[in-house]
Amino acid sequence: MAQAKTLPVKTHQAKAQFGYRRHPDQDRASQSPAEHPVVIVGAGPVGLSLAIDLAQRGQRVVLLDDADRIGEGSRAICFSKRSLEYWDRLGVGDRMVAKGVVWSVGRIFHGESLLYQFNLLPEDGHKRPAFINLQQYYAEAYLVDRIQDLPAVDLRWRNKVTALEQRNDCVALTIETPDGAYRLHAQYVIACDGARSSLRQMVGAEFAGQVFEDQFLIADVKMTAEFPTERWFWFDPPFHAGRSALLHRQPDDVWRIDLQLNRYADPVVEKKPENVRPRIARMLGHDEFEFEWISLYKFQCRRMDRFIHGRVIFAGDSAHQVSPFGARGANSGLEDAENLSWKLDRVLRGTSPASLLESYHTERSMAADENIRESTRSTDFMAPNSHQEARLRKAVLSLAKETEFGKRMVNGGRLSVPCSYDSQLSSRDADSWRGGPPPGCSMLDAPIAEQSYLTDAFRKDGTDFTLLSFSNGAALDPPDGVRNIRIGGSGFADPSGLVAQRYDAEPGTAYLLRPDGYVAARFRHPTREAIAAALSRAQGLN
Amino acid sequence: MPLSTSSNFARPDDAFRAIVEAHRGLTEEQSADFDAALVLILANHIGDIDVLREAIGLARRRMIDGQQQQQQQQ
Repeated sequence: MAQAKTLPVKTHQAKAQFGYRRHPDQDRASQSPAEHPVVIVGAGPVGLSLAIDLAQRGQRVVLLDDADRIGEGSRAICFSKRSLEYWDRLGVGDRMVAKGVVWSVGRIFHGESLLYQFNLLPEDGHKRPAFINLQQYYAEAYLVDRIQDLPAVDLRWRNKVTALEQRNDCVALTIETPDGAYRLHAQYVIACDGARSSLRQMVGAEFAGQVFEDQFLIADVKMTAEFPTERWFWFDPPFHAGRSALLHRQPDDVWRIDLQLNRYADPVVEKKPENVRPRIARMLGHDEFEFEWISLYKFQCRRMDRFIHGRVIFAGDSAHQVSPFGARGANSGLEDAENLSWKLDRVLRGTSPASLLESYHTERSMAADENIRESTRSTDFMAPNSHQEARLRKAVLSLAKETEFGKRMVNGGRLSVPCSYDSQLSSRDADSWRGGPPPGCSMLDAPIAEQSYLTDAFRKDGTDFTLLSFSNGAALDPPDGVRNIRIGGSGFADPSGLVAQRYDAEPGTAYLLRPDGYVAARFRHPTREAIAAALSRAQGLN
Repeated sequence: MPLSTSSNFARPDDAFRAIVEAHRGLTEEQSADFDAALVLILANHIGDIDVLREAIGLARRRMIDGQQQQQQQQ
């Protein structure tokens, strides 16, 4: 998310502790290190998810982390529908949703009055909600648990990469452990080691962008409260004059409170619990809460120019960093993982050329730029940079009281939605469409039976390329290796008609879906040849 | 549709006058607040980002011309 100066408020901050275990790789002579297809560095939400995804595809993965614990604060708390659908495919979605707090409504206040409210998922017929709130340590713990079921993932705690050397056919890593250093060779190294990525420094890449001078105080407090399960955002609230505030519920009666501070505020003074407490008490109107976590942030929006450096590929915060207003940090990292995983799997199997990986850089760069643009706009709106910017914001807030356009200009954080890719992997529409997700967009969910959804069928049929076809009586055989999800006829029902509606489908319509659930191509009158050509393009074969 | 710079009001003086009079009695600060609101209202009414960008470009050129004049005077 951002550079944090975290103050441990309690001493027992580790939420889970893992043991370092010596691995036979460490006993090898340094001239003949063990060779692995993939080494992932960093066991955060992104590295853990990517490891599970690759293992489910049959790859062996070594996952290194320099710590031996999950802990220190809630950090990321908002996980998007898209992330939940991905976690469903990784076998952890139910557990995340069962623990998480489901929400879809946000309210924006100015002073004491409600300016407007929004619903991020105003329609039925989706398996997953717009968002859940869940402390990052729970998400990480569930992912680590899942890895226990996957012998193909070799998770090594207290393994810190200290040197990296790019060779023609591999990356040579030097890894420091409590037993001393050892070496490993990997065909590909995936750096999921966060905003302060040491691998990024090792490849000598820059991390350029904008630093916001305003400081924000984030406090997670434990209390029983009657606030609804909604995202509440205030401009100039009575309890925090002239600045902004955010209140958001997490599981276990923990509430995220985010207060904008003066850019000249002294961090050491501001984060002292005795100084934080009165601010929060003013906001809540009472003093009956305990601190879980206090952290003071300055936000940064920046990205690497290239996400791929030779055989080292960057994903998540190591590649791009955004301010948190929009839940675009962890969610975009998870989108990186689902975009990269199937491509890397194909390249390692030799079924696609290494150039397919370039589309990871292209597609996820577009997403990073969009996320940076959105979160920069939100942060600028909350913390105007000049007198005139503040004046324009004041005009927007005052117009919002009586006009619809004003409400829509108020920017209290635009929340994460999957990015659309203008990608070389997509085949352009040849037919005419009035709706439905075009190539380069994420698939849409819809019910296919009682308590069963299209995303379930997509997941159950495996996570390879999938043809979603709408029956017209004739059964269409997809190319080899492509699964078929048929709607109508002998296939799934469309009880609410929402599948056909959301895909603008007529009898015969077919969508070719990539393993990450993105649309590669769509056809009104599919032919085997047209599908094969689109498949080939989406696999980077031409 | 490009930005229209031909004269669109039947009585342009009335339009100019209406804006001038709206500022009467306002402090500098209030005038600036008023302008900010008016700009946003009119921008939304236009509702075309390309036209808005062209209009911004045309207005911005005043600033550049102004700076050049200042530099020439120095």
